[in-house]
Amino acid sequence: MSEVIIIDSSSANINSVYKAVKATGLGAKVSGDPHIIRTAEALIFPGVGSFGHVAAQIRKKGLNDPICEAIASGKPFLGICLGMQLLLEGSEEAGFADETAAGLSIISGFSKRFPAGLPVPHVGWNLARPVINSPLFTGLEAGAYFYFTHSFYAEPTDDKHVAAKTSYGLDFVSAIQSKNLFGVQFHPEKSGPAGLRLISNFGKIVADRQ
Amino acid sequence: MLAKRIIPCLDVRDGRVVKGTRFINLRDAGDPVERAGFYSSEGADELVFLDITASVEKRRAIVDVVSKTADAVFIPLTVGGGIDCPDFMQELLQSGADKVSLNTAALHNPQLIEVGAARFGSQCMVVAVDAKRVSGTGKAGFSDSGSRWEVYSHGGRTPTGKDVIDWVIEAEQLGAGEILLTSMDADGTLDGYDLDLLAAVTGAVTIPVIASGGAGTLEHLYEALTRGGAHAVLAASILHFGTYSIKDIKTYLTARGLPVRPTDIERHLDR
Repeated sequence: MSEVIIIDSSSANINSVYKAVKATGLGAKVSGDPHIIRTAEALIFPGVGSFGHVAAQIRKKGLNDPICEAIASGKPFLGICLGMQLLLEGSEEAGFADETAAGLSIISGFSKRFPAGLPVPHVGWNLARPVINSPLFTGLEAGAYFYFTHSFYAEPTDDKHVAAKTSYGLDFVSAIQSKNLFGVQFHPEKSGPAGLRLISNFGKIVADRQ
Repeated sequence: MLAKRIIPCLDVRDGRVVKGTRFINLRDAGDPVERAGFYSSEGADELVFLDITASVEKRRAIVDVVSKTADAVFIPLTVGGGIDCPDFMQELLQSGADKVSLNTAALHNPQLIEVGAARFGSQCMVVAVDAKRVSGTGKAGFSDSGSRWEVYSHGGRTPTGKDVIDWVIEAEQLGAGEILLTSMDADGTLDGYDLDLLAAVTGAVTIPVIASGGAGTLEHLYEALTRGGAHAVLAASILHFGTYSIKDIKTYLTARGLPVRPTDIERHLDR
């Protein structure tokens, strides 16, 4: 059975992610150990909280390099919420120019705050519409409602990294993809059957690679 | 488009679901983990557990209820009742809760909202407000409509002297991510939400407001989400005793033109 390592980013939702991954039948383990992350078959990177705080935690734990190496080697990788935003270069939340709060810079672009006038955070169920044929959205091609809770959204520089979009005042990027690297702004672990389907799709990507 | 949320609320006492009328006359309504699973499979968008266990010693039972629920139910879970320190918040969040709801403790110590938001993020912090209408139209300090509401603490037993509108604005500034607003006058009556209260609060803050207290018909839910400006509705009595199902509610709201998450969600599990 495939085993996914859930990166311990000190986020409050780690256990929820663990429970949802287990519910899909995938093996899972939570770890913040750089060695285990380096040797994992696949990784899930959950994150909630503030961009600067979590970016600093990851750096402090020495996880930047192992995460970047795992992604570069083509291992299936799923970033969730802040775990997706951290794949970019930085965020308005942490001050774009603040190097101590830089993202992993695997995908070019930054995260921005929703424009003034919209109720923020964007909390609740919204429709994610896949814009490419992505294996992450198998069975969800027509779009599905997922649970969101965030004030910032990722804006990749290159459209080719956009996997799904969602409307909230504007059309924002709710999923990204680059080969085996995936990121979702919503919380599949809290998105009922649609969320479990997406996690299960990720499990299939992991299994197919072996 | 962001869907309007339907949130069953489970009042839990000593590990059992109960629901009362006007905060008294508690009636037994089942096992919380079972009820949570049932509502989730019916298409509930979120769940709230409100722990009304009286004794502090028995309060830890809620942690176990949360953990067991999170093993089987994969929608957002909010827990409230007796939460008075960041360590207990952390314990609940690690057990599988997604949000904690603060009430009395935040009224005594508003910094608790700020500390929680800094440590866990605003998305985790719900501030529950029990509001009671104050009569006295025309007196100084009353709004144009003549309506004013006072915040009550301790499960609706203790008047605080705080004005509801002042308090929700303060809570938002301190980092609350959502307001769970209960009208004590309407709660359990099935006569409808206090729409004046809802509109006043949704007009005063930009964070989402969950309407609670008074729903008896589908029209009441629709009114709260439109005239009241609520982002979500909390429902207890009308669900627990089977008057309406989540599907009935969503079918009705869809027909009235409101966006909701479809209830045919199980199709995603075909694989």
